[in-house]
Amino acid sequence: MANAARFEKSDDSVVVIVGSGAGGGTLGNELAQKGIKVVILEAGARFTIPDFMNDEWPSFSQLAWTDPRTTSGSFQIAKDFPNLPSWIVKAVGGTSIHWAGASLRFGEWEFKAKTTYGQVDGANLLDWPISLDEMAPYYANAENRMGVNGTNGIPHLPGNNNFKVMQAGALKLGYKTVFTGNMAINSQPRDGRGSCEQIGFCFQGCKSGAKWSTLYTEIPKGEATGNLEVRPLSQVIHIEHNDAGLVTGVVYADAQGVMQRQKARAVAVAGNSLESPRLLLNSASGKFPDGLANSSGQVGRNYMRHTTGSVYATFENPVHMYRGTTMAGIIRDESTNNPSRGFVGGYEMETISLGLPFSAAFFKPGAWGRGYTSLLDDYSNTAGMWIIGEDMPQETNRVTLDATVKDKFGMPVASVHFDDHANDIAMRSHAYKQGTAVYQAVGATRVAEVPPYPSTHNLGTNRMSDNPRDGVVNKYGQTHDIKNLFVSDGSQFTTGAGVNPTLTIVALAVRQGDNIAGMMSRGEI
Amino acid sequence: MRKVDPRVKVTRRRFLQSSAAAGPAAALAAGGATLNAESAWAQAAVLSPHQMATLTVMARDTYPHDRLGDIYYRNAVAHWDTDAGAKAETKTLIAEGVAMLDAEANARFGADYIKVASEADRVTILQAIEPGPFFKAVRADLVVSLYNQKEVWPKFGYEGASAQYGGYLHRGFNDIDWLPVA
Repeated sequence: MANAARFEKSDDSVVVIVGSGAGGGTLGNELAQKGIKVVILEAGARFTIPDFMNDEWPSFSQLAWTDPRTTSGSFQIAKDFPNLPSWIVKAVGGTSIHWAGASLRFGEWEFKAKTTYGQVDGANLLDWPISLDEMAPYYANAENRMGVNGTNGIPHLPGNNNFKVMQAGALKLGYKTVFTGNMAINSQPRDGRGSCEQIGFCFQGCKSGAKWSTLYTEIPKGEATGNLEVRPLSQVIHIEHNDAGLVTGVVYADAQGVMQRQKARAVAVAGNSLESPRLLLNSASGKFPDGLANSSGQVGRNYMRHTTGSVYATFENPVHMYRGTTMAGIIRDESTNNPSRGFVGGYEMETISLGLPFSAAFFKPGAWGRGYTSLLDDYSNTAGMWIIGEDMPQETNRVTLDATVKDKFGMPVASVHFDDHANDIAMRSHAYKQGTAVYQAVGATRVAEVPPYPSTHNLGTNRMSDNPRDGVVNKYGQTHDIKNLFVSDGSQFTTGAGVNPTLTIVALAVRQGDNIAGMMSRGEI
Repeated sequence: MRKVDPRVKVTRRRFLQSSAAAGPAAALAAGGATLNAESAWAQAAVLSPHQMATLTVMARDTYPHDRLGDIYYRNAVAHWDTDAGAKAETKTLIAEGVAMLDAEANARFGADYIKVASEADRVTILQAIEPGPFFKAVRADLVVSLYNQKEVWPKFGYEGASAQYGGYLHRGFNDIDWLPVA
């Protein structure tokens, strides 16, 4: 931070980025490297690696976005965790502090969901305006900067006990593509960071720094150029525009809660798929009464959270699943589009582990009594996997402004409505069955199907489309309506694909950085 | 495989510390008392010993683990006395909830909840009040306040923080030895 810039609030030549996670942090560094002045406004505090805690609840209090949100719809989260629809981070580095590190490219067909899947009743499918070919160089860039193992000659991580159980079951079942994953976790020292010590607690912030996070990679690199200023504890309230319909800056609450105005040449929104549409909607004005960039009415719609669930299995002998990386390996055989299974799209099975405190809270939310506690009695003999598959975009699954609940600055909070699509339910059911079979193949004595956690993969609420009527942003993440307003996070996703989203968010941010720089040099923005 | 020793070695110092952390030194006072003993809560300042004993029995009935001693259940509920002192609504919630629980117990078994001898019977009483705000609040709190005690973790084979020991890289992250050979 020694060289970090300080820009005037009246400086209207800066690009303002709202949010510092995988999207915002990466874009900030990219622009700074190109000599463009950037101010990142981050709602959360700035921590350092020693601040992270190997302790689930205190870490949750330290890092998670726990400001109020509301929920509705038939998804189970609305019942289990009505004010916590998502588990994302409010801190410099955003959810790149919490993510597990899985870095998978989309399949080519996953950029063409509408073409591949055809008509799916109730689904608002659309093809991405980008192909895998166009994304390939940016995926390569992202894999290199993040140090994804299995790419760039970087060895895979060794598998832990939890992985070995899943692997043995998977191979017995006949699955072929079973390995320790393409993780953005150093398996050997690289890029000034050490290698993985198998600490566990990947979700609580990596205490060895082996896992990529913008907090200690992109952001300090950007700051070292002298072109990037990061302002923590700065929550953007609304985006301002002029009579010509161009954005001119943002109003934000600083650490003391005092309103500040930062002028800007362009604004990029990267606050995750719940906060980004909320900010656009909360920026409604006389000129844009439905919110910014919302002439299509699509802002907040098509909210996706991946079809998820977990399978935990009890064995006669110990596993100690918490030892080592949280997401220690993957089965990819179900990651295809094979409608004969009864659903379109694919899913992955990835190991997951929770410590005892979170296991108690999340294995079966609300459950009690001996039937439940006997599951926890066998904690040390438990192995676990997480299911993550493509869910169907639906127009009615959406983020709106809550009619009554407001945050501490008086702004309406995000209200999340979600109903599972029949395809999501069929996929989850298939995945539970396969996950159970994997563990039974190696002698599981009891298997528990665990419902989705508050979502870390929040996608699609400002989706990308060729036709301005179908979405909010174009293929560069530039809003269809306002040429100097961009979206730079997972809310751009046209469809969710059956893979973890971070690598694609980073690749899109790198690509967007190139394009914003081009637009600026051509005088277009 | 490297096993986890589930035994808690209680030093006098650690015992006093954990008692102090439990607020009104309930655990210290409890020495030898049964789980439902009101005498264990003589030092409760805001809630009555009967209310505190009721919360304690409720805690074990809600999350029963025979491997856990009573002290962990007392520790888990001790904070309600402090909370009730800080917030009138909390005091009312507990007072009304315990009264309702006892009314249900007396109607079914002719005794207060903590005097009903069988766990299975007590569970039916809890099931009767499960939809109400009292049970919901106590259960939601317990799932954190019971399992978040570091002293209980080794009893479940959970080792907690590892970064200070260099992680599990050299301490058994891949030491499973019972899987069938592929």
